[in-house]
Parts: sequence; structure tokens; C-alpha cells
Amino acid sequence: MKRTGTMGTRRTARAGQYLALLCYLAFLVLPFLWLMSTAFKPPRELATLDPRWIPDHPTLDNFRQAFDEQPLLQAAANSLIAAVCAAVIAVALATPMAYVMARHRSPLSRAATGWVVVSQAFPLVLVIIPLFLILKNLRLIDSLAGLVAVYVVWALPFALWMLTGYVRAVPRELEEAAAVDGAGKARILVSVTAPLLAPGIVATALFAFITSWNEFFFALVLLKSPEKQTMPVILTHFIGAEGVADLGPLAAAALLATIPSLVLFAVLQRRITGGVLAGAVKH
Amino acid sequence: MRRRHFLAGALAAPATAALPPAAALLSACSADRRRRSADGTITLRFQSLAWQQESIAVNKQLVAEWNAANPKIRVSYVQGSWTGVHDQLLTAFEGGEPPDIIHDATDDLADFAYGGSLADLTGLLPRRLEEDIPQESWGTATFGDGIYGVPFLQEPRMIMANRALLEAARVRIPTARDPWSWEEFEEVAGRLTRKGTYGVAWPLKEPVSATLNLSLSTGGRLFHRGADGKVTIRFDAAEQAVPAVIHRQLGADRTGSRTTLGMGGSDTLPGFFGGKYAMVPLGFSYRQQLVQQAPKGFAWTVLPAPAGPGGDQRQGVSPQTLSIAEDCPYKEEAARFIDFFLRPRNMVRLARGDWLLPTGTRALADPALHTREHGWATGTALAPALRPAPAQTVRGYPEWKDKIATPGLQEYYGGEIGMEELRDRLVDDGNLVLARYQR
Repeated sequence: MKRTGTMGTRRTARAGQYLALLCYLAFLVLPFLWLMSTAFKPPRELATLDPRWIPDHPTLDNFRQAFDEQPLLQAAANSLIAAVCAAVIAVALATPMAYVMARHRSPLSRAATGWVVVSQAFPLVLVIIPLFLILKNLRLIDSLAGLVAVYVVWALPFALWMLTGYVRAVPRELEEAAAVDGAGKARILVSVTAPLLAPGIVATALFAFITSWNEFFFALVLLKSPEKQTMPVILTHFIGAEGVADLGPLAAAALLATIPSLVLFAVLQRRITGGVLAGAVKH
Repeated sequence: MRRRHFLAGALAAPATAALPPAAALLSACSADRRRRSADGTITLRFQSLAWQQESIAVNKQLVAEWNAANPKIRVSYVQGSWTGVHDQLLTAFEGGEPPDIIHDATDDLADFAYGGSLADLTGLLPRRLEEDIPQESWGTATFGDGIYGVPFLQEPRMIMANRALLEAARVRIPTARDPWSWEEFEEVAGRLTRKGTYGVAWPLKEPVSATLNLSLSTGGRLFHRGADGKVTIRFDAAEQAVPAVIHRQLGADRTGSRTTLGMGGSDTLPGFFGGKYAMVPLGFSYRQQLVQQAPKGFAWTVLPAPAGPGGDQRQGVSPQTLSIAEDCPYKEEAARFIDFFLRPRNMVRLARGDWLLPTGTRALADPALHTREHGWATGTALAPALRPAPAQTVRGYPEWKDKIATPGLQEYYGGEIGMEELRDRLVDDGNLVLARYQR
């Protein structure tokens, strides 16, 4: 009798969990579905008191107009170059730094930790003008290389913080066991630590990629040539004074802008999940 | 204009101080070398904020026409964006890399004009252009003794109305010559209010500019400049008249929908098309959205905003402008381009592309802007009554607006505070803010 009661409670709890999960999923997915719906709606269906999820007269006109008015493909290519480069460089720099910070306690490690914390609290407004002047002196204004440099610096502290957590999650005993078996330091790093860190590296790279892909203000300020502008900047070209927007083409372009992130998540999902879990566990 | 201004307060950064005059001179010389090719052709960068399909096409077409006719002075078109334009320009000015010809609006120019980032256009522009644009419009771009932009497109606030509901209520249809008074407007809103329909919907997400600009019709100025040049705020009967009308409509009379208090103009359109609101005060350019989005068979009309005592139809506007950067090494050439760009025929094309009114008197006389279709004639007839928005040359206005006026007016319209409390906040707290900028 008591057992039946416990099972009933468990079932109720599990049902509650699923319900909460479903609500959370809806919270995450509904805006995206609405964006998709808007992208395929003709203008007359955008301003009704009785909006529908599925357009009565679906159209590709919004996509056509978006491509006609703005260089979306060029902007997507620019965003992709900037985001991929920033992610690769940030992770390449952050990984060895994170290893040192996690494994060796030194004043440098503490200073680096302090830098990570301070950088997260640094307001954008304080850095943008000096940054602009520095990049100008380096002749990196209006270049994707300059933008990548900024994105790397911007993403690096958080990437470092994330990766430090992942390195700490790799048991030190594994490295010591490999050393006992005669492996050198380099061999240990390549054959033991790196494979275990892979999920964390992928998750960190994805974070850096998405941060850079979505970034608006640096791109707005640092890039001048139309052929170099990135996707978030191009999206604002569908918005006029006082926030009035050309909603259909804006939704169409925004929908296209979400595709790379979705594809990346879909491809790397398993590794990310593993990475997040690894980083979350404290040993 | 809704823009992000989060850099405005951060300019204490010693960025300009870090550039000594010699370096600035060197920078200008290298800029000159970059802009002038070996055969003497110079290149000017024109940052346009055009965003509507027709408007972008007209802008690009005009640049192409100029380049075809002036091969030695090339203009390159740069697509800017209203979103973040203030911060983008601020950074570009401080970094010494601004566009040469800058499209913006008069309510965004004060900091740049007073800060020396924009060139004073006095003496640079041809007499034709100076004479074509009325003094009232030049006044919107005059800061101190200088003119820092050529105002070329302006947007009055009109009343978009559901024609079927107006006819059913048998109300007098106002014209530009014979507009409603504010009292008549209140009465009409009452007659239009039925079960399920509000007489009026005020989109008041950004209540300050609507309130200030419409208050000119009742003589409200709010910002009063003294003999010493300092500005103080007064909120007397003339300033209180329009806010009181809106307050009554949303509160005691219930002829205005309270749900639109937090809405932008576009957000009210579904309710307008659905017959929930009979009238919506909106900017003139919203007509394009009405044309695109109105259901088939929906009849709408454009009415002039209500007039104050004696039929006073004045209202404040912040026209779009073309300016020249102070750093531009070819100011005369840039001024020649602006002159070409704003020839009457071109101004008409730009106005129609953006669904706005031109400032030029010859453009305003063009028959294309006097057609009754889509309310063009009603808007054009109002042009002589348009004046500089009361606040735009006042330093400290953005802070006053964001910290004091916007929350104060929203609470007043929402019925949370009364007129006395609103007056205290706008005046007492407001004058403290302005004083900091006028020491």
C-alpha cells in the first residue's frame, strides 16, 4: 500500500517535471515559430486583430524583398568569417591559458582570474572610443580582421573562465597515471587531457561563435564599407526612425540569420551536452 | 527619434585630448591622400539612413546620377541605420573617421553641433537652397550662430481615421483649412466611442515628443530661454492643455483606449483595422503601412491634428537633415552634392519615397504632393504651420526626457499621478537637470 503511494507520488513528480519542461520548451520555441510564421505572411496578415500561426496566404515575397534590398548573402558570409575566426582563435588562446590556471596556482593565475571578473563588469561605453582609436592607428578600422580581433578579446575572458572549469573537471589522477606509465608532458596533454577536454572546447567555441555572430554594436561602429557589414547590422536596415519596422522582410532576414546557429547546435548537440555536464561537475 | 544614446554620457573619456593638433593635422592630410586619387578624383562618403524600399532606391539613383554628371567628385553611398546612429556617429567623430555627408535628424544634432563635429554650413550653401527652405525649417538646424544641417524631410503628426466610423457617427470631417479644435476633437472622440470601439487610440510608448510637439498649437513651449541664454522649464496652462485632453480621454471620458499607452504606432494598427479604434494620431509616414497592411475594402482617411485657440495649427517637427563633417577636407564639394541632392525635383522624389513632407517650398508646390490620394494634400497644406520641435536645441533634453518626462507623462496618462505632481516633476526636477548642463 505504502509502495503504491510512493510510486504515485513519483509519477506525479515526473509528470510535473515533464510539464515544466514542456512549458520551458514552449517559452524557447514559440518566439522562433512566430518569427517563422511572420516571415511567410503577406503585409495584410501582419496587422490583424486575429493573428494566425499558419498564414492564410503564405508568400516568399518577404524573402525576395529582403534579398533585393540588402546584401544578405554577403553579410552572412562576413558574419560567418568573423564568428568562426573569433571562435577558433579565442579557443586556441584560452585552452592553454585555462590549463595553466587550473593546474598551477600562481600570482599570474590569480591575476588572470581577476581580469576575467573585471572584464565581465566593464561597460562597453568606456572601451569603444579608445578601442576605435587603437584600431585606427593599427589601420584595422573597416576590416574584418579588426572586428575579429575585438571579438576575440571580448570573448576571451568568458571562454577562459568556462574552459578553466572543464580542465578542473578532468581528474588530475589520469595525468599522473599516464606519467607513471612513462608518458611525457606533451604526450599527456595530447593523448589524455585533450580528448577529455574536447566537449568543453566545443561548447566554449560555440559560445564564442554565437556571441560574435550576434554582436551588433562593434560591427556597427567599426565597419563602414557596405560590402563588409555583418548580419546584425544589416538587419537594422529594415528598421526606421522611431522603431518603425518593415516587419515582413525583417522577419525573413532574421529567420535566415538564425540558421547557422541552429545547424551548429544540431550538429554539435551531443558534444555540447557532454561538455556542459563535464564543466558542471566538481571533483 | 528612437535611438540608443548610451555613449552620450561617456564622452568624458579623454579620446579627443589624446589627439594633439599636430596628429589631427597629419590625420587630415592622410585622409586627403586617401580620398584623392592620382587623376585628381575625390571621393566623398555619404551615409544615408534611408530604409524603406522606395527611399533606398531613390537615394541610390540620385547618387548614381551625381556620379555620372560629376566624374571628378565621386560620392560613395554608405547604408546607415537609424538604430544606434547617434553612438555610431559619436564614435566615428571622436575617432576622426566620420562620413563626409551625414544623414540624420535635427533632434540628434545638438551634441555634434555644439561639440564641433559638424561643419557650420553658413556661406557654404548656394542661395537657391537657402531661399528654398523656409526660415522656420532652418531654425530646426540652427545651433548658436551656426547652421549644422540642411533640413529636407519633415513629419507632422496627423490623425488616421476610419472613414466608415466617421460617416456613421455623422461628425464633421475636418480639413486643413477648418480643423477640429481640441474641444471638438474630444466631443468627436466621444461620439465615435461605442461598444467595442474607442474613439481614439494614443500610442504613447514615447509620450514626450507627441505631447511637446502637439502642445505648440495651444501655445505651449515648455522650454523658455531667458535673456542670459539659459533655458528653464515652465508648465503652465498653455503647456497643460494637450496633456489634459489626453488624460481626460483615457481617464474620466473613457473615449481613449488605455491599452495603447505602452504601444508604438505600428502596434495600434491591428486594432485600427479591426474597428477597435476609430482614430489614431500617427506620424505622416505611417500612411505607407496603412496602404500595405489595411485589409481590402478598409477605408481610411488622413485628418489634420486638432488646432488650438484661433485655429492655431502649429506643431513641432524634427526634420531629417544632411550635414557635413567638420573633418571633411572637401566641404565645398560636399555642399555641391547636397545642393544637387535637394533640388526641388529630387526633394519630391525623396519625400514620396519616405512618405514624408519636403521642407523646400518649390518641392511642396509640386502637384505630385497635392493629390488627395493617401492624404498627401492634407499633409502638404499643414507644412506652413510646422515649427522646430520645442526641445531640440536644449542641452540636457535627452536626460530630462528619459529620466523625468517619459516616466512622469506615462504615470500621468496612466492615472497614477495628477497634474500637480506632473508639473512638480517636469519643472522642479527638470530644471535641476537642465541647470547641470548650463553651468
